[in-house]
This record gives sequence, C-alpha cells and structure tokens, in this order.
Amino acid sequence: MSEFLSLFLPVFLAALLAILLAPVAQRHAAGFWGVVGRIRFVQRNGIVISTYLIVAVIAWVVFMIVLPQVYMLDFSFRNNLFPAEIGGPKDVYTLSNYEYLLFGRPGDEEMFNWLHLTVFLRTIIASIFVTLLNFAICYPIAYYMGQVAKGGYGRMMILALILPFWVNEILRAFAFRILFGTSGVINAVLLTLGLTDQPIDFLRADVALYAGLSYAYILLMVFPLYNAIESLDHNQVEAARDLGSPWWRIHWRVVMPHAKPGIASGCTLVFMLAAGALAAPQILGGPSSLWFTQIIYDWFNTGGNWPQGSAYAIVLLLACLVFVLTVMRVFKVSLGEIAK
Amino acid sequence: MSSKQIQGLMIGFYIFLFFLYLFAPLIMMGMAAFNDVEFPQVVPWEGFTTRWFPELFEDALMIEGFVNSIWIGLGVVFVSVPIGLAAAIMMTQVYERFRTLYYTVVVSPVLMPGVILGISTLVFWDRLGTFADAEYESFYYSGMFLTIVGQSTFISAYTMLIFLARLQRFDRTQEEAALDLGATHVQVFWKILMPFLRPAIFSAMGLAFLTSFENYNTTVFTIQAESTLTTVLAGKVRMGTKPDLAALAVLIIAVTLVGAIAMEVARRREMAKAEAAREEAKRAEEAADMALAGAPAQ
Repeated sequence: MSEFLSLFLPVFLAALLAILLAPVAQRHAAGFWGVVGRIRFVQRNGIVISTYLIVAVIAWVVFMIVLPQVYMLDFSFRNNLFPAEIGGPKDVYTLSNYEYLLFGRPGDEEMFNWLHLTVFLRTIIASIFVTLLNFAICYPIAYYMGQVAKGGYGRMMILALILPFWVNEILRAFAFRILFGTSGVINAVLLTLGLTDQPIDFLRADVALYAGLSYAYILLMVFPLYNAIESLDHNQVEAARDLGSPWWRIHWRVVMPHAKPGIASGCTLVFMLAAGALAAPQILGGPSSLWFTQIIYDWFNTGGNWPQGSAYAIVLLLACLVFVLTVMRVFKVSLGEIAK
Repeated sequence: MSSKQIQGLMIGFYIFLFFLYLFAPLIMMGMAAFNDVEFPQVVPWEGFTTRWFPELFEDALMIEGFVNSIWIGLGVVFVSVPIGLAAAIMMTQVYERFRTLYYTVVVSPVLMPGVILGISTLVFWDRLGTFADAEYESFYYSGMFLTIVGQSTFISAYTMLIFLARLQRFDRTQEEAALDLGATHVQVFWKILMPFLRPAIFSAMGLAFLTSFENYNTTVFTIQAESTLTTVLAGKVRMGTKPDLAALAVLIIAVTLVGAIAMEVARRREMAKAEAAREEAKRAEEAADMALAGAPAQ
C-alpha cells in the first residue's frame, strides 16, 4: 500500500491544492488559471466538477480500458522470462507465441498445432451454433411478448424471464449437472420409460454444455429482440396478413427486417459471451472436450506462461472483433445500436 | 377444432416448454438440496433433510470467499458508480465530432469477453509492478485490488448506460436557472443534478454490487492466490460431489428472489409516483385551461 500512497498522493495533493488556489488565482485573470477558466468545458461545469469529470474519465478510459489492452498486446509478443531477465538481452519482441498456436513447437511431428487449432475452431463453431439455437428458441417468445401479449400478462412474462438470471452463473451450470449427469433426472426418466437401458453420458457428448450455454444467455437474446419487435406497429403485420401473406413471409419480410438491430445485438452478445465463457465449459464440458478459454486459463495458471496466454487471448479477441464487424456489415447496423 | 385454436394451443405449449426449460434446472437443484443422499441428485428420493444447510457454515474456505466477495462488491460500487456518472455527463458534453469514438471506446468493455478484461488487467498491473520494482506484497500484485479494478472496467460501462438513460430526460434549464440565481457549480451538482439522478444512482449501485458478486470470468484471472465466493464455488462444483452446494444455491436463490422482487416493487412504486405526478400536473393544466377558456365568457 505504501507505493500506492507515494505514487498517487502527490497527484491528489496537487489537484487539491490547485482546486483550493483556483479562486485566488482566478482573480488575476491572466496566467494559467485564466486560460483554464476560459475553456468552455470548465466554464460550463466549474473547476471542481470539471476536475472530477476529467480525472474519473481519464482513469477509466486510459488506465482501465486502453492501456491494459495495449500492454496485453505488447506482452503477447514477448518471451516468457524470469523477472530478473526482464530488460536484459533476452527481452526482445518475438512472434513465437503466435507461431506456437499455428505450428506447435519447432520439432513436433505434425506440421500444425492441431490440438489447439481444433479447440479454437470448435469453440467458434459451437458458439455460432449456440447463438443460432438461442435465436431460434427466443424469437417466438420475443415476438409473442412484443406483439401478441402486451400489457399485464406480458409484463409477468418479463419478470418470470428475469428471475432465473439472478442466480449465479456457476450454480446454474451446477443445476445442469444435476439434470444431465449419469445419475441425473433426465437419465432416470429415460430409464424408467425404458427408452434406454443404460444411462447416457450427456456430459461427455457435450449436450449438457450446449444446453447450459444456451440457457445462460437467453436473457441477452430475448431482450434486444423484444425491444426491437415491440416497436413494430402491429398494423403492418395485419396489413401483410390481409394482403394474403403466409405467416412465415410476414416474419421474413416484415418483422425480421424491422427487428434487425435487435437481432444483430442479441446475436453479437450471445456469441461473445459463449466464445468467452469459462465457467460453463469447466463445469459442463466433457473430460476430452476443451473450450479455447480453458487453454488460456491453463497458460495463466498451471502452465505459467503469461505471454503465451496473452497471445491466445488476443486471438480470441480478434475472432470476436471479426464476428462483430461481420454482423455489423451483414445487418448494416452501427455499434451504438448493438450495445444498447 | 379450427386451425386458429390449434395454433393457439401450439403457442401455449411452446411457451410452457420455454418456461419449463427456464425453471426446471433451478427447481431440480432446489430439490437436491433437501434430498438425504451424499450425492447431489433428485432421484431416487431418499427422504427430506435440512442437514446440508448447517454444513455450509462450517466450510471456512467458502466463508472467506463470501467475505472477500462482499468487500470486492463494495469496492466496485465505490469505483464504478462515480466513474460511470462522470463518463455519462462527459458523453452529453463531448464534441459532436468525437462522440462516436468516445462511445465506441467506453462501451467496448461491455462487448469484450470477461476473460480478456481479467487477463489485460492482470498483465498491465504486473508490468507496472515490474517497472516500479514493487515488492510482492504491494497492491500491484494484490488479488483484491486487481479484481476491483478489473471488474470496474466493464461495470462502469453498465452504470454509465444507466446514468445516460436518466440524463436524457434531464432539463438543463434548471441548472442554468440555479446558476443565474448565483449558485456555484458544486451547489448545482449536489442540489439539482444529484437529486434528479438519485433513482439511477441506487439502481447503478445495486447492479454494480450484484454483477461484481456473481462475476467469475474476470475474477478468476485477477484474484490469483486469494478467493471469492464464485471461485470457491467453481472449484467445488468441478469436484461436484456434495449436495451442500445445492443448499447454498437455495439460499442464494431465496435472497436474490427477495431482493429482485423488492427492487421490482420499488421500481413500480417509483413509476406509479411519477405517473401520479404527471396526472396531477395534467389535471392542474386542464383546470387552468378551463379557467382561461371560461374567463372571457364571464
């Protein structure tokens, strides 16, 4: 804690002193404080509030959002060194962390690092699958809440939707374990009905994982969809119906085009969270199936190779970025509409 | 039966299935908490017991994690609410030209996977600590400090969005009137802006604390040697062989249900109050209109 004080205390004291002295200095309109006092932002908010706004926003944007990302990127191009070696001759930029993901160690038999590449591709494809599954599950409900059941009943449904998501993510995954385990409820039901003569290992088959991931992000799909569909004038649906359009064409040509920002936003959020999920794969994944985040986790914990883990994290971030940009391009929506 | 009725039945059945999917896992877990078996399961049912609940409180690791989670949650509230407020006010004042860029930067933590935020925070402070030649016990390497910073990175964006929504309805002429009447900027901030934002501040605090309390993805990287309730839980679930976890889930569900319902009730009451005030204003306006309309006739 002592460094904390020695580093930040002077800054705080200087800021405090400046605020206290400001009125005195301002009397002589010239000089530094005169200039500061004439900036529109300061005129509008006063010195004290301006200082608060600028300090808080800079602390957040620079020290919590931008610099950590820059350092992670920088770190991903470095060798894994002991603290004593940092700044020494071995501390140079290298591509080896990224090469490892693609090709594995130089002496390996295989040309490519198939183990990690497969995990990466499976994570991406499975996340897309979970996103589509979630969209298919949630669209009817969102349409029903937004167009059919307006009023009290619809509000009850919204409340019922939110309630399960107050429960911790890990405990939700645990609940799926109880449901899908070899001695779980579903297997017990299947056995009593005689549909199977021995329990099915849903965990090994990844059924539990996909069900759990879809479950975890239902809310993030339903609400953007609901908000978008709710703003559609129901007369448009009626008009299409009166003109003889079948139900699927009404959805394809009227409802979905209107709900495009909501669809884009829901799909982006669900994909990001599924690809970046860690708890659900750790708890529900079969023993042989890894999620890409689990490999990253291992580099940071048991593996003890942080630069390597940073490189993998950058790859995951890039994959998510590509997905968002693709969705924005396909649906022709802006970032502001997605992150509402 | 007409096709319309069949359609209605199908929709009803779909909604039933959907909510079954939502609630069945939680109900099953709730039942497992009371089943008298050493393994968390519902069938076969071996009899009702509450013995798993006292066992929770004997688990020193879990208690320690719980206490840490509370402290971290309070720390996150303390950091992310002022930052979110400042960022939201800044958004209303930033130059038109920079607004899109600013918005993109500040909402990016919402869209970024939680593990990335945890990793970048960990790496950044670790590097700073190395440059500063800090000791191992210093805050650069403290799991609690890093977790508060890492979680606040994205939770501040949530609180900012809450404040932005509220600020959109703020009437700036009130501020100008106060300034014209000789109030200082600080007085305007505390006496006009703060009371107006009060509901938003409370919901931002609640959201920040709850989000922090149940965060796992960011925390698992930043917490390092220490522990929070979620990291302890994740470890236990992976071993996953005792029903006391289900008992804990029941407790958490009970607490959060009460909390969620209380928040909902408070929100409704607030809305009803606002509605009543609007009605009142409208009636007064109508009365005034009528009085005016009546005036020439008299």
